[in-house]
Amino acid sequence: MKLIVAIVRPEKLNDVLEALFKAEVRGLTISKVMGHGGGTERVETYRGTTVKMGLYEKVKLEIGVSDPFVEPTIQAILSAARTGEVGDGKIFVLPVEKVIRIRTGEEDEAAVTPVKPGEG
Amino acid sequence: MKKRLLATSVFLGLAMAEGAVDTGVTAWMLISTALVLLMTPALAFFYGGLAGQKNVLNTMAMSFAALAAGGVAWALLGYSLAYAEGNAFIGGLGYAFLQGFLEEGKMVVSDGMPALLDVAFQGTFAIITAALVSGSLVGRMRYSAWVIFSTLWILFVYAPLAHWVWGDGLLSDALDFAGGTVVHINAAVAGLVGALILGPRKEFGRVAFLPHNIPFVLLGAGLLWFGWFGFNGGSAYGANESAALAFTNTFLAPAMTALVWIVLDYLANGKATAVGIATAIVVGLVAITPAAGYVGPLGALWIGALAAFPSFYFIRVRPRLGLDDSLDVFGSHGLAGITGAILTGVFASAAWGGTAGGLEGNWTQVLIQVKAVIYAIVYSAVGTAVLLYLTRVFVPLRVSEKEERVGLDSVLHGEEAYPVTEGAILVAEEGGKR
Repeated sequence: MKLIVAIVRPEKLNDVLEALFKAEVRGLTISKVMGHGGGTERVETYRGTTVKMGLYEKVKLEIGVSDPFVEPTIQAILSAARTGEVGDGKIFVLPVEKVIRIRTGEEDEAAVTPVKPGEG
Repeated sequence: MKKRLLATSVFLGLAMAEGAVDTGVTAWMLISTALVLLMTPALAFFYGGLAGQKNVLNTMAMSFAALAAGGVAWALLGYSLAYAEGNAFIGGLGYAFLQGFLEEGKMVVSDGMPALLDVAFQGTFAIITAALVSGSLVGRMRYSAWVIFSTLWILFVYAPLAHWVWGDGLLSDALDFAGGTVVHINAAVAGLVGALILGPRKEFGRVAFLPHNIPFVLLGAGLLWFGWFGFNGGSAYGANESAALAFTNTFLAPAMTALVWIVLDYLANGKATAVGIATAIVVGLVAITPAAGYVGPLGALWIGALAAFPSFYFIRVRPRLGLDDSLDVFGSHGLAGITGAILTGVFASAAWGGTAGGLEGNWTQVLIQVKAVIYAIVYSAVGTAVLLYLTRVFVPLRVSEKEERVGLDSVLHGEEAYPVTEGAILVAEEGGKR
């Protein structure tokens, strides 16, 4: 079991979700975040006040997956989120000690295996 | 409207001495001009709310461009091409560069008001018409291309059409009280043709484009309604019975459209939507525009009710047609404009507005209305296509796919509607203290 944390461009989020869906990865958490990863800064001007926007809007995905799904998940995110320019983001793969599904109390593998539509 | 009223007052023997200002008329026209001008910022809010968060400033700035470039172009040349004496197709240069408003050291007065005021009043119509077109093109058009195109469009599509209908041109027998054909059908057809020439947004059909701020949409619709009292009421060119009729009809028709829309929404979705009510108000306003001073108040209610149907059903199926008329300009302004123009011929009342319509036995008026609609559609479509291809000679019409994804506010304007100020670093000015 791993927790995959990916930071991607917001404009690539739709592509990433589509790719994850095709890879049959279900169950994820998304948050809007601000960050800086060495990309070029964009300059904006408001009534003569020129500023460099150092922080970029990004989207963070957190996906808990069982071991056979780790590689497909990474490949899906890589293929969908990449533009080739600085600022495409990162993928972190973290070990997970324990997962518990709140509704049933199931643990670990069973807890990250999605329920098929119609069941439960 | 203008020339027609002049002729009527002469016919009725209302000898309004040239040179005498009627303070009532002038006061109402001053107020109406301000009301109609407000409609363009109102439209910017209506469109801006419907647009996505990354394109809201660009969407609103497209309307505001019409206030800037369009207003100047109209005053210097457009007004003359529409209203100076010319031929049946286009006006002359009699008022070009704001000449002809002084005579013997005094301001020219006509129809009880200073003639110069008409440049401003009619200018606000030209501006809102160009701004309306932008709703079909948002999310992918380059801003410079829009500024060039919309300015040319006011001069060479809007002005001639205004001349045809209101300037004693070739459609002057059609009833169009405040601009159903000249403003709304014209703008909607231009938007439709523009959307087809530009092509859809790259993610159209794959990503859902949802309104980012529905309170803006309602605010815009409400302010449009407020401004429309000047649009229709002011088109009477007087503080008189005709203005009162147009004003009241402007209150009645959209209320009826919104009511019918709520019912249709319930029947179709089981829920009445706020965006639906805002859209319905605009649809009702468009539909009553050509009819405002020609139909009685009950006729206005009928027009408001009937206008809901074509727009409601077209807007529902439009995305599935593969047509990226982004903010449904054709569905709301085009179809309601056509419905309103034709129904004006049906419901026109001799007692209320001076001309009998179909229900009073004058069915030929309906044919005249249909003819005007067809002429307007054809001219607007051809003129718009020519001007867009001409603009493309100088600047690309579209932004790149990447720019489209990032959002036009940041790419084209260097601003964000809702900037996150954390992490913004002041840039030192050249030689400045920072």
